[in-house]
Amino acid sequence: MFGKKEKPEKRDGFIKRLRARINRGDSWLTYDLANLAPGGTIDEDVLDELEALLVMADVGVETTERIISDLQKSLARKELKDVAALRNGLRASLCGILAPVEKPLSIEKPGGPFVILMVGVNGAGKTTTIGKLARHLKDDGYSVMLAAGDTFRAAAVEQLQAWGERNDVAVIAQQAGADPAAVIFDAWEAARARNIDVLLADTAGRLQSQTGLMDELAKVKRVVARRDESAPHEIMLVLDASQGQNALVQAEKFHEALGLTGITVTKLDGSAKGGILLAIANRLNVPVRFIGIGEAAEDMQPFAADDFVDALLTSGGQGK
Amino acid sequence: MFDNLSGRLSDAARQLTGKGRLTESNIKDTLRQVRLALLEADVALPVVKTFIERIRVRALGEEVGKSLTPGQALVRIIHDELVQILGSESAPLDLRAQPPVVILLAGLQGAGKTTTAAKLAKRLIDREKKKVMLVSVDVHRPAAILQLQTLAGEVGALHCASDAGEKPTRIVDRALDEARRSHADVLIVDTAGRLHIDSGMMQEVVEVHEAAQPLETLFVVDSMAGQDAVNAATAFNESLSLTGTVLTKADGDAKGGVALSVVEVTGKPIRFMGIGEKIDALEAFHPDRMASRILGMGDVLSLVEEIEHTVSKEKTEKLAKKLKKGRGFDLSDLRDQLEQMMNMGGLATMLDKLPMPGNVNPAALADSANEQKIRRQIAIINSMTPSERRFPKTINGSRKKRIANGSGQQIQDVNRLLKQHLQMERMMKKVSRGGMKKFMRGMPGGGMPPGFR
Ligand SMILES: Nc1nc2c(ncn2[C@@H]2O[C@H](COP(=O)(O)OP(=O)(O)OP(=O)(O)O)[C@@H](O)[C@H]2O)c(=O)[nH]1
Ligand SMILES: Nc1nc2c(ncn2[C@@H]2O[C@H](COP(=O)(O)OP(=O)(O)OP(=O)(O)O)[C@@H](O)[C@H]2O)c(=O)[nH]1
Ligand SMILES: [Mg+2]
Ligand SMILES: [Mg+2]
Repeated sequence: MFGKKEKPEKRDGFIKRLRARINRGDSWLTYDLANLAPGGTIDEDVLDELEALLVMADVGVETTERIISDLQKSLARKELKDVAALRNGLRASLCGILAPVEKPLSIEKPGGPFVILMVGVNGAGKTTTIGKLARHLKDDGYSVMLAAGDTFRAAAVEQLQAWGERNDVAVIAQQAGADPAAVIFDAWEAARARNIDVLLADTAGRLQSQTGLMDELAKVKRVVARRDESAPHEIMLVLDASQGQNALVQAEKFHEALGLTGITVTKLDGSAKGGILLAIANRLNVPVRFIGIGEAAEDMQPFAADDFVDALLTSGGQGK
Repeated sequence: MFDNLSGRLSDAARQLTGKGRLTESNIKDTLRQVRLALLEADVALPVVKTFIERIRVRALGEEVGKSLTPGQALVRIIHDELVQILGSESAPLDLRAQPPVVILLAGLQGAGKTTTAAKLAKRLIDREKKKVMLVSVDVHRPAAILQLQTLAGEVGALHCASDAGEKPTRIVDRALDEARRSHADVLIVDTAGRLHIDSGMMQEVVEVHEAAQPLETLFVVDSMAGQDAVNAATAFNESLSLTGTVLTKADGDAKGGVALSVVEVTGKPIRFMGIGEKIDALEAFHPDRMASRILGMGDVLSLVEEIEHTVSKEKTEKLAKKLKKGRGFDLSDLRDQLEQMMNMGGLATMLDKLPMPGNVNPAALADSANEQKIRRQIAIINSMTPSERRFPKTINGSRKKRIANGSGQQIQDVNRLLKQHLQMERMMKKVSRGGMKKFMRGMPGGGMPPGFR
């Protein structure tokens, strides 16, 4: 309904929608659970229902079982006497996992440009996230430059250039097939010469199982560090919220290869919940920086564990 | 081998007396394991539930094959069921219609539609010598049109230029005209990625669909997709009446359970699998491989297969050696074959694997494809002397009578068996030169015995 063209009223639309979703979340927990537990008592059936909800949100079997078994213990201790207690218990459990990774990105001003390297599997939303981030940073008063490090995919450079034009920021690019490390290195030189605050480097999508391509990223990282050993300052994994259990493997493998410093979860405007983030947060403790909630420049928000948990627990899209 | 024979026969008997069957209690653990495996593979929970229930119903009372545990037998059943649901190997595109035949691709953002459009074009150009035109109605994403145009150039397809300011349905009309004018056989329409819950965008693609009147409407889905893909597939199917699915990014390490979810809710086959970013990385879909991958029980499966095949493999090797030495296919060999068939679930399955020479009537052989008959035939052979088995031609009238009496059968039954043996012996002779390799590969036990490579 929104998110294609950047019109101001769309922004209102989004906030309304997010609020509606959060409200729906509350109503799910209060209304649906109350329905499930007519006498107000919480039992194993109610927990089973919750378990299904978590699995359908892509939380994964292992993490779901852990969350539910905590609740079962509370139940055994007679701590879950009503719906409100269950809601609090569940929220506390989920927030307990996600709150530690709620760490906003802060741009320091090192000697040279602050370099953000965007990585992730094919089609996750790296290029779009760069476009949104450029807007976000410009709004915050930073000067921004983009590096067209995807020299492989057809029209990847032009896609990034379009985002450069939209946001009125320079894009450093070379011809198709050029060495991505060289492109990004050149961009770094250009950014430093022009005293740019933040350099956003795009890279081609790659699957974590493609070791050659993972090595290529490691090389990009090394080359960028040549002139400024603190760079890249942020290595951000872009994760598509509609993905399932493989997202955990993605996070692990990219982290292993590069040492991730941040994660952005895209496409949360859909009905997929991105519940795998719980498993990732639990396992890796890499900060989650932003969520993507549309295709337009302003469709991005800093990650907030509370809101995420609310959205996760709505039954929207699956029925109600 | 022969010392095992009695053991195997009594095993078979036990099967028939109703022991060694799958029961509620001996499948419980395995079903639970499988449920978890499917969820870990991202098969949607509602789909997992119905699938497990179907398996439970199907498996109860089923016999447990030789040397298998109930769990192993169940995994086999599950695997077979998965393969069956996932569909047949070849669900080719239906392009028999007045050209230009339209193929429409739709799906969520970043699934791989544009890349798949180019891959499909390449496949149709290279393999079917079609003249293909590509057109993009993605007026939303930056450089989407240019992406398709670039790829069209790479694969040698025509490209109908479109403009981000144009209405998608207008582009379609123009592309149809242009395709007709340039005598294109196929027009592939690439659409913008969209969320199934975005009603405005869904309306747009419905209009594009109406304007394009595609013969094939393919849902493009990422093999890494999670639980929600089932909702997306349902919505796209309802809006566009899909004709099939393309599963992309299958070159990665995702289990790809989405394949099962999508087939379950759309009822449409998976046509192709994307296995890389390059424009030739498109494959026909292999349900068998996908089933093993989703189930993630490759180890158990290969174990099951090994157990099922060891016995027959030993026999196969023996037979192969014998044939190679120039000694014919005698009645004890036939008995071995019959015993193997009993363990394999019937002659019919085996007939599929045999390359049949012209003079053998498969229907006649298939007629004996029930266990009762096979068991009687084995009994007949058991009533022969070793020398009779070795030299069937020596079996005259009085010997036939003795054998029939000994096995509790009629003389006609003995005659029928001898005739069947004769047919098979001829077949063996035919295939023992040249065709042997192929024949042995088709045999249970798989590979070639040493010496035949
Ligand atoms: N609905 C929605 N779509 C998004 C979001 N982020 C990105 N997209 C869309 O997802 C698709 C892929 O985004 P890209 O930015 O091209 O992804 P990428 O990771 O750069 O892709 P490759 O470079 O091809 O690997 C595009 O259609 C985007 O418009 C989001 O937050 N919500
Ligand atoms: N590894 C791999 N990558 C693929 C495959 N198919 C597509 N891709 C990549 O996935 C990314 C997205 O592909 P696109 O074809 O642009 O996807 P799309 O569905 O057209 O995306 P939007 O139009 O933005 O919705 C690109 O980086 C492709 O190169 C595949 O089978 N394997
Ligand atoms: Mg990109
Ligand atoms: Mg596209």
